[in-house]
Amino acid sequence: MDRLSYIASRLLQVIPVIFGCTLVCFFMLHLVPGDPARTMLGVHATPQGVARLHREWGLDQPLWRQYLDYLNRLLHGDLGTSLFYNLDVAQLIKDRLPPTLWLLFLSALMSVLIAIPLAMLAASKPDGARDQVVRVVPMIGLGMPAFWTGIILLILFALNLGRVFPVGGYGHGFTGHVRSMILPSLTVALFISPILIRSLRASLLEVLQADYVTTARAKGIPERRVMIKHALRNGVISMVTVLGLNIAYLVGGTLVVEQVFALPGIGQLMLAAIFQRDFTVVQAIALVFAILVVLINLLTDIVHAMLDPRVRFD
Amino acid sequence: MASAALEPATSLVEDRGRGFAGRWYRTPSFVAGLLILGTLIGLALAAPLVTRYSPTAQDLHHTLSGSSSQHWLGTDQLGRDVWSRLVYAGRVDLKVGFLAVLLPFLIGTTLGSLAGYYGGKLDMLIAYLVNVVVAFPFYVLIIAMSFVLGPGERSIYIAITFVGWVSYTRIIRAEILVAKRREYVEAAKVAGLRDSRIIVRHLLPNVIMQAVIFAMSDIILSLAAIVTLGYLGLGIQPPTPDWGDMIAGGQNFITTKWQLSVFPGLCVVLTGLGLSLLADGVNDLMRPE
Amino acid sequence: MSEPAAPLLEVRDLQVRIPLSRGTVRAVDGASFTVGVGGAMGLVGESGCGKSMTLRAVMGLLPRPAEITGGQVLFAGEDLATARASRIRELRGRGIAMIFQEPMTALNPVMKVGAQIAEGPYAHLGYGRRKARERAIELMQLVGIPDPVRRSQSYPHELSGGMRQRVMIAIALSCEPQLILCDEPTTALDVTIQDQILKLLLRLREELGMSIVFVTHDLAVIAQTCQTLAVMYAGEVVEAGTVHEVFHQPRHPYTLGLLRSVPDPVDVRDVLDSIPGSPPDLVAPPPGCRFAPRCPFAEDDCLEGRKPLLPLEGDRASACIHPDRAAESVREQPVITGV
Repeated sequence: MDRLSYIASRLLQVIPVIFGCTLVCFFMLHLVPGDPARTMLGVHATPQGVARLHREWGLDQPLWRQYLDYLNRLLHGDLGTSLFYNLDVAQLIKDRLPPTLWLLFLSALMSVLIAIPLAMLAASKPDGARDQVVRVVPMIGLGMPAFWTGIILLILFALNLGRVFPVGGYGHGFTGHVRSMILPSLTVALFISPILIRSLRASLLEVLQADYVTTARAKGIPERRVMIKHALRNGVISMVTVLGLNIAYLVGGTLVVEQVFALPGIGQLMLAAIFQRDFTVVQAIALVFAILVVLINLLTDIVHAMLDPRVRFD
Repeated sequence: MASAALEPATSLVEDRGRGFAGRWYRTPSFVAGLLILGTLIGLALAAPLVTRYSPTAQDLHHTLSGSSSQHWLGTDQLGRDVWSRLVYAGRVDLKVGFLAVLLPFLIGTTLGSLAGYYGGKLDMLIAYLVNVVVAFPFYVLIIAMSFVLGPGERSIYIAITFVGWVSYTRIIRAEILVAKRREYVEAAKVAGLRDSRIIVRHLLPNVIMQAVIFAMSDIILSLAAIVTLGYLGLGIQPPTPDWGDMIAGGQNFITTKWQLSVFPGLCVVLTGLGLSLLADGVNDLMRPE
Repeated sequence: MSEPAAPLLEVRDLQVRIPLSRGTVRAVDGASFTVGVGGAMGLVGESGCGKSMTLRAVMGLLPRPAEITGGQVLFAGEDLATARASRIRELRGRGIAMIFQEPMTALNPVMKVGAQIAEGPYAHLGYGRRKARERAIELMQLVGIPDPVRRSQSYPHELSGGMRQRVMIAIALSCEPQLILCDEPTTALDVTIQDQILKLLLRLREELGMSIVFVTHDLAVIAQTCQTLAVMYAGEVVEAGTVHEVFHQPRHPYTLGLLRSVPDPVDVRDVLDSIPGSPPDLVAPPPGCRFAPRCPFAEDDCLEGRKPLLPLEGDRASACIHPDRAAESVREQPVITGV
C-alpha cells in the first residue's frame, strides 16, 4: 500500500474516534449528579430557567434522540449557547483560539529545542557523566506541576531578574504576542520535556546502536556523515513518533498554564466557564481539545509516513 | 554436506545476579528513591508528632510571618503554620495520589489482558475505547470530570480512573501479545487449562512488573493532577490542607513571600523524584546484565 | 597448503575485555591467527566464544563498552590495535570490509540500497555522485541482483533476505578491499539461498583476489569455503591448521567434539555426540585449559597454567597438551568422510 492510500486510511480511522469523543462529551451532562439543569444553575435556579435548559438540552427526550440532536447541531457548527454570556459558544471559542494555537506551536517548538539536544547529549555516551545528569532531569521535571513551574518562572523572570517578560496577558501586535508567550510556552515545554527526553534518549540509543550504523562505520565514511545520513534520519523518525504520542499531554499542559499567565485562550475560557458553571462551554471546549489532539496526531502520522518508507497500513 | 548448526542454547552468564533480594541495596537509585519516599511517607504518617500546630488553626495576629523558632517555615496569610500545613497536606495528597492509581491499575490490567489474550472483536473494541480516551488531553478530561461530578476526593478517584486505565491497558496488552506466544503458554493450553487460569497464573506474573513500574510514574502524574485540581479549586476542598491549594493561596504574595508557593511545589517535586528513582531502580534490578 | 611468507592479516595475542558491573568479561583472551594474501580462513566456535568480537576488534568497531586491552592486529604490517581512529577509518571499506549476519538490520531502513552502496566509493574513491551511483549499479550486477537500475531505487524492506545479503556484499566490495570479514553471512538465510551466497563469495574472491575471514558456527560452511581455519573456545584459539588436516585429524578435544556433533550425510553415524556441559563464565574462567571441565580426556596437568597454542607438524597448532588423545580417538572412529 502506498503512502497516499495510507494517509487516506488514517483519515478514515479518525472519523470513528471523533464520534467517540462526541459521545464522551455528550454523556458528560448525564454524569452531573441530580438534575443537571438545576445543578448547573445552582443558587440562581428558577423554574423558568430550569425549564428552558431542559428544553435546550432536550432532557425530556429519550437518550438516543438527545444524542442525535446533539450530533446534528454539531454538524451544523452549533456548539450551543453559553449559559453565562448568553452568546454563541462556537463564536466564543473562535475568538479565543488564536492564543491557544500560538501557545501550542511555541511550546511544541521549545520542548523540541530543549529535549533534542539533551537527549542527544545523553545518548551519545550512555552511562557517562552527562548521561547521568540528563537522566536525573526528567526525574525532577516529571513531578513539577505545570502551574507551579509557571509561578516559579514568574518569580524568576517577570518579578525579579530585570522583569524581561510580562506577568501575563497576550500583549499587542506580533512582537507583543511573542514576548508574552515566551514564559508560558517555556512552562509547557518544561512540563512536557521530561517525558520527551526520556523517550528520545531511549530511541536515539536504539538508533545509535543499530546494526546499520555499524555498517555505515564499516564503510569508513566520515563519522559526521554516519551521524547525519544514518543516525539522524532514523532518529528524527522516532522523534516524530514520540512527539505524536505525547501531544495530548502537551495540549493538556497549555490549559493550566493559560490560567497561570492569564492568557486569553480556550483553556482559560474553559476554567472560567467552570467557575461560572457554564456547562455548554466546558462541554464544547473539551470536544474542541479532543479534535485538536486527533488532528495533530493525524498530522504527525502523515509526517511519519513521508519520512519513513516502511510505513504501511496494517 | 548439509549445513549443521551446533549452536547450543547456553549462555555465558550462568547465574543472572543473585535476584532481587540480594541486589537491591547495591542499586543506588533504588536506595535513594526508597529513602526519599520513606522520609516523606514517614513524616506524613507521623504528622501529629512532628508538628506543633493544627494545620487549620488561624492566628490573624501573626500572618505572613517569616521563619522563627515557633513557626519553622513561617505562617501564611491566615496565620496558619506552614510546616504543619505542608505535612498534613502531604498526608492527604500522598494518600489520594497512591489510591488514585489503584483502580486504573486494576481495570487497565484486566482489559489489557483480555484484549491481548483473546484478540479479535474484543481487542478492537478495547482499542477503540483507548483511542477515544487518549484523544482527550489528560488535564482537559480530569478537569471537566471534576467539574461535572462536583469537586472532592471521590471525583478525583473517578476522574483519574476514567482517564488512567488506558496506559495500563496498552502496556499489558502489548506484553501479553508477546508472552502468549511462548511455549509454556501453548503447553498450558494444550494441557487444557482454563483461559482464566492461564491468564492469571501463567501470563500476568510475567508481565505485571511492567505495569507496576509504570504505576510508579503514574502516581507522580496523578499527584500532579490532584495538586493541579487543588490549585484550580476543584480538588481537595478547604479547610483540608492540600499542596495545590497552598500554592494557589501563596500566589497572591509571590512578590513578598514567594516561599508560600514554592515549598508545597517542592514537596510534589521531591515525591516525584523519589518515585522516579524507585521506578528506575526496580527497572535496573529487573534487567539482567 | 602453506601460508605465504607475508600474511595480509596477523592477529597476535589479541585481548578484548568488556567491563560490566558484575566483573570484566574476557571476551577475547589471547587469540592469534594469520590470513595470507588471497587466503580464506574460517573462524569457528560456539556462540559467545569471542569470534565475532575478534572480527569487530580487527575493524575497530567494538560495541561499547568492549575494548582492545592487549595484543596486535597487523594488517599488511600495520598495527591497527594502536592505530589512530582516523587511520582505521581510512582502511575501513578500502582495506578491510565487513559483511554482517543479519542483512535486514544491517541496512539502513530509510535509505535506498543504491545510495547505501554508493556511499563507500563516494567517500573513498573520490567519485562524484553520478559516478558513485553508476558504480553501485555495476556492483549490484556483479553480485547477481537482477534489474539493478530499478533495484537500486528500492528500500531494504522491499528486497528478499538473499537480495539484501547481496546488497551487503556489494557494499563490502564497493571499494575493492583486500580483506573481507564475514560475520556469519549466511546464518539468517534459507539453506538454498545460503548456498548461492557462499558460491557468490567464493567466485568473487577468486575473480577479485581478495582474502576472506569467515566467522561461523557452521562447519559445513567452512568446509565449502575455506583453506585454513582457527577454532575458538572461550576467548582463545585452541586449534589452527588447514581445513583438510583439522577436519580429518583434529588435535584438540574441543575440535573433535565439534566434529562429532555434526551430522554427516555421507556416512550416517548411529550416535551424534554432543559436548557435555557449557562454556565457562568469561568473567572468571577456570585456570588451566578452559575446555578441561568438559573434556573426556582431561588429566591433572590440564587444570593448571595457561595453555598457549603450540606448533605441531606442518603448519598446525593446538593448545591441547595431549594432542595424541584426540588423534587416537579419530583412529578408532573417523570423524568425517564427507570432506
